[in-house]
Amino acid sequence: MSRKELISEIGLRLDGRRAHELRRIRCKLGVFTQPDGSAYLEQGLTKVLAAVYGPHQVRGNRTKAQHDSAIVNCQFSMAVFSTTDRKKRPRGDRKSTEMSIHLRQALLAAIKVELYPWSQIDVYVEVLHADGGVYPACVNAATLALIDAGIPLKEYVCACTASLANNDVPMVDISHQEEIIGGPTLTVAALPMSGKVVLMEMSQRFHLDHLPKVLDKALQGCKDIKTILDEAVRRHVEDVGSSSGWGNTSEKART
Amino acid sequence: MLTTKSFIKKNKIGNVLKNIREHYLRNDIFCGFDICERCSPANSYLSSTHVNNCSLFLYNHYIILDTNVILDQMDILDENVIGNVIILHTVLQEVKNRSLPMYKRLRSVIENPSRHFYVFANDHHKDCYLPQEETELINDYNDRCIRKACLWYMEHIREARFVFITDDNANRQRALSENIISVSVKDYVTHLDKAQFLEDKLAKHDFHVKVDAEGLFPPHCSTFQIHNGIKESRLYQATYHASRDNYLEGFAMVDGFEDSILLQGRSGQNRAVDGDIVAIELLNQNEWVAPSEMILEDESIADTSLEDALKKEDELKTVTHKKKGDVKPTGRVVGIIRRKWRQYCGILQQDGSDTSVYQLFVPADKKIPKIRIETRQAAALRSQKIIVAIDSWPCHSRYPNGHFVRALGKIGDQSTENEVVLLEHDVPHNQFSEEVLSCLPKLPWIITDEDVEARVDLRHIDICSVDPPGCTDIDDALHCRPIDDGNLEVGVHIADVSHFIRPGTAIDLEAAKRATTVYLVNKRIDMVPELLSSNLCSLRGGEERFAFSCIWIMDKKANILHTRFHKSIIKSKKAMTYEEAQITIDDKNRNDSIALSLRNLNMLAKILKRRRLENGALVLASPEVKIQMDSETMDPIDVEVKKLFETNSMVEEFMLLANISVAEKILASFPDCAMLRRHPEPPSTNFEPLIKAGKHLGFDIRIDTGKNLAVSLDAAVRDDNPYFNTMLRILATRCMLQAIYFPSGMYQKNEFFHYGLAVPLYTHFTSPIRRYADIIVHRLLAVSIGADATYPDLLDKRKSNHLCQNLNYRNRMAQYAGRASIAFNTHLFFRGKIQDEEGYVLYIRKNAIQILIPKYGLECTLYLAQKGEKSAFFEYNEEDQNQSCGNIVLHAFDPVTVRLSLDSNNIQHEKFTLQLVSPYIEGFSVPPLNKPSRKQKLEDTGSKSPPEAKRKKKSRKH
Ligand SMILES: [Zn+2]
Repeated sequence: MSRKELISEIGLRLDGRRAHELRRIRCKLGVFTQPDGSAYLEQGLTKVLAAVYGPHQVRGNRTKAQHDSAIVNCQFSMAVFSTTDRKKRPRGDRKSTEMSIHLRQALLAAIKVELYPWSQIDVYVEVLHADGGVYPACVNAATLALIDAGIPLKEYVCACTASLANNDVPMVDISHQEEIIGGPTLTVAALPMSGKVVLMEMSQRFHLDHLPKVLDKALQGCKDIKTILDEAVRRHVEDVGSSSGWGNTSEKART
Repeated sequence: MLTTKSFIKKNKIGNVLKNIREHYLRNDIFCGFDICERCSPANSYLSSTHVNNCSLFLYNHYIILDTNVILDQMDILDENVIGNVIILHTVLQEVKNRSLPMYKRLRSVIENPSRHFYVFANDHHKDCYLPQEETELINDYNDRCIRKACLWYMEHIREARFVFITDDNANRQRALSENIISVSVKDYVTHLDKAQFLEDKLAKHDFHVKVDAEGLFPPHCSTFQIHNGIKESRLYQATYHASRDNYLEGFAMVDGFEDSILLQGRSGQNRAVDGDIVAIELLNQNEWVAPSEMILEDESIADTSLEDALKKEDELKTVTHKKKGDVKPTGRVVGIIRRKWRQYCGILQQDGSDTSVYQLFVPADKKIPKIRIETRQAAALRSQKIIVAIDSWPCHSRYPNGHFVRALGKIGDQSTENEVVLLEHDVPHNQFSEEVLSCLPKLPWIITDEDVEARVDLRHIDICSVDPPGCTDIDDALHCRPIDDGNLEVGVHIADVSHFIRPGTAIDLEAAKRATTVYLVNKRIDMVPELLSSNLCSLRGGEERFAFSCIWIMDKKANILHTRFHKSIIKSKKAMTYEEAQITIDDKNRNDSIALSLRNLNMLAKILKRRRLENGALVLASPEVKIQMDSETMDPIDVEVKKLFETNSMVEEFMLLANISVAEKILASFPDCAMLRRHPEPPSTNFEPLIKAGKHLGFDIRIDTGKNLAVSLDAAVRDDNPYFNTMLRILATRCMLQAIYFPSGMYQKNEFFHYGLAVPLYTHFTSPIRRYADIIVHRLLAVSIGADATYPDLLDKRKSNHLCQNLNYRNRMAQYAGRASIAFNTHLFFRGKIQDEEGYVLYIRKNAIQILIPKYGLECTLYLAQKGEKSAFFEYNEEDQNQSCGNIVLHAFDPVTVRLSLDSNNIQHEKFTLQLVSPYIEGFSVPPLNKPSRKQKLEDTGSKSPPEAKRKKKSRKH
């Protein structure tokens, strides 16, 4: 069995990236009007929509409400057409439940929930197209949607995958093609400014010798993503600001 | 960080699925030229001083190659003649997809700085990328990309000239019309001024086409037809195996079919070469035939004459049509899915004409057809062993076309023949590289205090080693001493090779690649450099060495009470031979600690052996011979069956025990990735010849379990034929499957079983100097006792499996190479000798009898008739498997006397010719030679009783 090399002899990955390069990220805040916050994010060909409602009063079972913090409710779903083989994906299947829980874990680490006792924040994420790195794209999109909703965050929460190419070279932001061919994938969600890891998941075991360098790569990926998200947020604020008339002051503030 | 490139989606449409992948185009790809100021520089081997001297071009130039040139003309590229070559990534990928071996060879050329090759990633370059058009075939698309890259280079580096070499006429024409300078390989190479010798190495694809010779072979189906045929189950994908004995017969192994499929004659084989992956079609059942069991050799001389082939084919047909009894599924090859051509050793046909440029090449491997080559140095090559590669086999050509690669040396020389044996068995035998040698410890090697700290000091214990005479790579030593409570402490100490060979180092990779030390008669190809194999790792007498010890506490009945493993320092008191050890045991006057230790070991070994046999372990036999060499001339001076002592078996028992103990330990620690060794139970059909042979003489050989087989083999003894039992065991050995290494995660637990040894778990621990598997096992064991750390590949099941496959392959090849070397030296010994020898019938064939000569461990064929003719003396009875002449009937196992001589007519395949001496048959047999010297000789060697050949210690059968 000849295992395909993920990085060619000239240092390029199958899609032409180098080991440390992310896929192209394009994102937009405020794509919907109805939710309190929303965002659309493309990471390579993986496309995700996120919508945030709240904070609002706890709906349904009121006993869940907490006196010292808001409860965060996440729901993950995948569109029927999101993968190459079309199949119906029931909302509550194991995979999406797990994804929802992981998503919640990452977001809880960033949201200042203590500011909203007795209330609830709902985050909905829908994957329009899956091409590897679905979870990170969801986290990144949800972060943007939360910012759009104006919910206070400690800092950005970003996620990124990393893996090993040719059993030796760590590489970042794994595409679907690389996921299939390659070895184990490490997914990390982190608060990139403080460097705190809030979630870490491995598709298979890594050998202990490899883990630190792969983790480093993933964290670097989170930091790079944060830079891109930050830029998008500033651009968005500028756009919204200039159209609503206080563009001048923000212009001044920046200079 | 990310300089975002404009990107284009690449569509890849499968059946219904639509895959979309990203394809990034970059602006930071280096063109490879130092003089360039526009690109961001990176590493490149292109040289501004190298000059390509081709008389077609009056200027220096850089070369861009097309894919077909690399696939077909790698032998030219391997020569250090042309340099400054730009390999486009498009081309590199295509080569990789089409042929992995070629890709590997190309890679090694690219990586060699002195060859000045550079890989240019044109497919990710923003100015060289072209989108594929919808109706465009992938080949046309690639050609277009290559031409685009040529044009780009011409534009980008205006100071340099570029030459595009391709053998694809259409592509060349198009390139020329786009003003790209373009030539064919042949034109280019023939005009190179310094390398006329390269011409012979040009691959030939269509030389002297004879159109009138149509219908020599049926045409092959296209890939598309094959694909559909397989999908509709009309055709089957199979691996083609040519017959060694009959060049007009072959077999195809189809996955999921129990029987192999017989392929006969020109139309059946249809240009398949041994090892090829082919598409076959089954014939209607009424056309099925039986294997001929005939021995046919291709004897035609001229490459054009067909008569010989036609005659033999007819002969084959008449034979196979007559026997309707054992028809086998029969089919024919309709297409080739993948060629598995490699380079072949062999000689030029000896009676060819020196003046012709076309020569027939006769491969040493009889399974490979003759190959037609073009050379202008036939006279010089005639006396040489040479290497040839196949290039093509068009359907109008009787033989495949090929080209000369290199000469190995004079035919019949020891060194040439060794080289041939090594090459034919794919044994890596280059000198160890500088990089590997740099991993060796510096001399003088001293044991430091830390070493002593980390190990158990056993230097005070009386340990000794027992090995064959002249053994320099001693990897095991033993001790046994009584302890306080009346029990015995037994220790097996194995050379601590993994201390010196650290994972991932050059020396480790090299050893993993070699997998095993290969023993030829007068040459040993080491797995690790000699400093380790014969010195630092070898547990020599009187020297302090590192060992990995397995220590048992046993009671006097050889029950294991306690097992422990640790790394240790030992000082072997003596390195003994089997014979010395035997004498020490037998000498009643010796009561020193070594003698006591050996006696105790021997006593325990006997119990262990008995217990093992009771469990159903098989005692198999294969005649193993030892060739005595004249130490000065290196010519064989005698051939004899190896002598065995009780001590052989003693050492073997403890090695088995250590291996089993270690297997249990590492499996417990690493359920998923322990390297073990299994020996699968053979399918019952394998035993048919054995059962037949046994039944014939009134013995019921039961094969339902290994235990029953062992019992029935033990019972099959005939007083009138003392060698009978050994012969049965030789037959039984041939029914067995190969034992293989595997990582425990790849099989179910009940499949771990070792059939031959009748143990549920087994591994190899005791010979790390000469087997790589043992090094892995040492590492696993070291981790499980906390003496060493793991590393990623050790725990990767898939990686281990990959490694195991290589180990299994190399071991098999090493075994074959060893046998081939013995065969050659036996021949050398017999040159010019004629002797009468006693032998036994092993098999009865239609036109021949297979005879085993125990004295030399030889198996030869006694032909009863000229090939294809019916014997004038013998009558073949297929039912009872005998040959009769009057009232003399020959069965399997009957003793005979034969005259042995060497037939050197075919210098590549010297073979023994037998003539029957007794039983005497008027007109067929020859009178006995009166040679008193022979009796003398028998007494000299002292082997009056038939030697019982058993497993030697260094056997690789377990
Ligand atoms: Zn350039």
